[in-house]
Amino acid sequence: MSADLKKTPLHAWHIQHGGRMVEFGGWHMPVQFAGIVSEHNAVRQRAGLFDVSHMGEIRVRGGDALAFVQKLVTNDMGNLEVGQARYTVMTNFEGGVLDDLLVYRLDGDDYLLVVNAATTPKDVAWVKEQAGQTDGDFEVEDQSSQWAQLAIQGPSSEAILARVISLDLSSIRYYRCGWTQFDSLDALVSRTGYTGEDGFEVYLPAGGAVALADALMAAGQQEGLQAIGLGARDTLRLEAGMLLYGHDMDATRSPVEAGLEWVVKPGKGPFNGRQVLLEELDTGTLERLAGFVIDGRGLPRHGYPILDAGDGAEIGMVSSGSHSPTLQKGIGLGYLPSELAEPETQIAIEIRGKAVPATVVKTPFYKRPR
Amino acid sequence: MAEYPDSYRYTKDHEWVSFEGDVGTVGITDHAQNELGDVVYLELPEVGAQIKEGQPFGTIESVKAVSDLVAPVSGEITEVHTGLIDAPELVNDDPHAGAWMVRVRLDDAAVAETLWGADEYRKFLEETAEGD
Repeated sequence: MSADLKKTPLHAWHIQHGGRMVEFGGWHMPVQFAGIVSEHNAVRQRAGLFDVSHMGEIRVRGGDALAFVQKLVTNDMGNLEVGQARYTVMTNFEGGVLDDLLVYRLDGDDYLLVVNAATTPKDVAWVKEQAGQTDGDFEVEDQSSQWAQLAIQGPSSEAILARVISLDLSSIRYYRCGWTQFDSLDALVSRTGYTGEDGFEVYLPAGGAVALADALMAAGQQEGLQAIGLGARDTLRLEAGMLLYGHDMDATRSPVEAGLEWVVKPGKGPFNGRQVLLEELDTGTLERLAGFVIDGRGLPRHGYPILDAGDGAEIGMVSSGSHSPTLQKGIGLGYLPSELAEPETQIAIEIRGKAVPATVVKTPFYKRPR
Repeated sequence: MAEYPDSYRYTKDHEWVSFEGDVGTVGITDHAQNELGDVVYLELPEVGAQIKEGQPFGTIESVKAVSDLVAPVSGEITEVHTGLIDAPELVNDDPHAGAWMVRVRLDDAAVAETLWGADEYRKFLEETAEGD
């Protein structure tokens, strides 16, 4: 079965390093190495190395590139500086979320859209279709197979990465990036991540991925740098209150429902879904994504029903749920009627037929000490 | 490969049973804990409950997945390892001894003869191992 799955340039490296391989969004990826909790704690306390080469990269270049990107996404890229990145969502005409992504401005008229792995083919088709219906001087190129992407995350990340590349990392602020060389290859180093920790994501040509992974593991030995699989990636992002596309939002949910109002900027001018989102920002939505912690025993999982604490009626569904290694209890996200999505509301999660008490909380569940 | 005590009996559901007279002590194998990953939650039956071979008698949950515990024998629960509920990580650390789960008064002590020995279980693991 693994023959049909796509492989990143680090596929053999994962197997050599003891990765337990699973199918994820059409890719053959490591779910864990040493174990999810050990990997999770390594990232919170020291540093972890992630292969995120399965993410998609769409390059938009040309004199009208900005205008086109502005039409695709909800956040305002108008004041994005060269060397800056911004989180946003891409919406359809009804304001439904097609994907969440990072937009980098690499040069004056040169933008890089970094999208989720499972949605890459659909996103590329959408962006190209939109490009076909948009006049202007710009070109769209799917560069997904050309790029490898490694993330190093955790408090020791900067010290470790600094031993491997010559870039002055202290000059790269949060959500900023810079170019450097690794093994004579151009590499883009970005202070971003999906863990709630300080850290970097490094984009480089696929051929350099193994050498960079090896160099980082060697450089990070004294700090105890560990290879991290998708299992800990999920627990880390959930504790940090970050959403997972396909679970916590999809084309039937708007960014306003998903609690992402902060990336919706109707003032910037026209974009896909603007009218719907403008109304939602004004009047609110019937449902909202909320975080909750389990007060009783048991763990919430994707798809479990959320119940009214009083009458036991089903009021929603868990979109993401897991054990939190940091909080040592069950945490999750789910859509609730907006009036119940307020912190301190008592709800219940149906876990294998039993209603287990839970409390709505403000996210993130975990914030790193500064 | 991990040590699988020769004195234990094993099932295809990756449980082990240690027999003493008409009482069986039940746990999950090293292979099972390794497949599950970090165990964070356990649901075990009450003393006095009847369990039936091949039927679920509890739940084990790791960070990544939830599974049924499948009874390897039939009988009445005489003792439950309640300490394990507060320290589920013991299932990963010491699956074949410290992380015993329940003791069962067997309906039929001859059941021991129908379960696999350590060699048969190891052979089963080798045969079902993934081709990686």
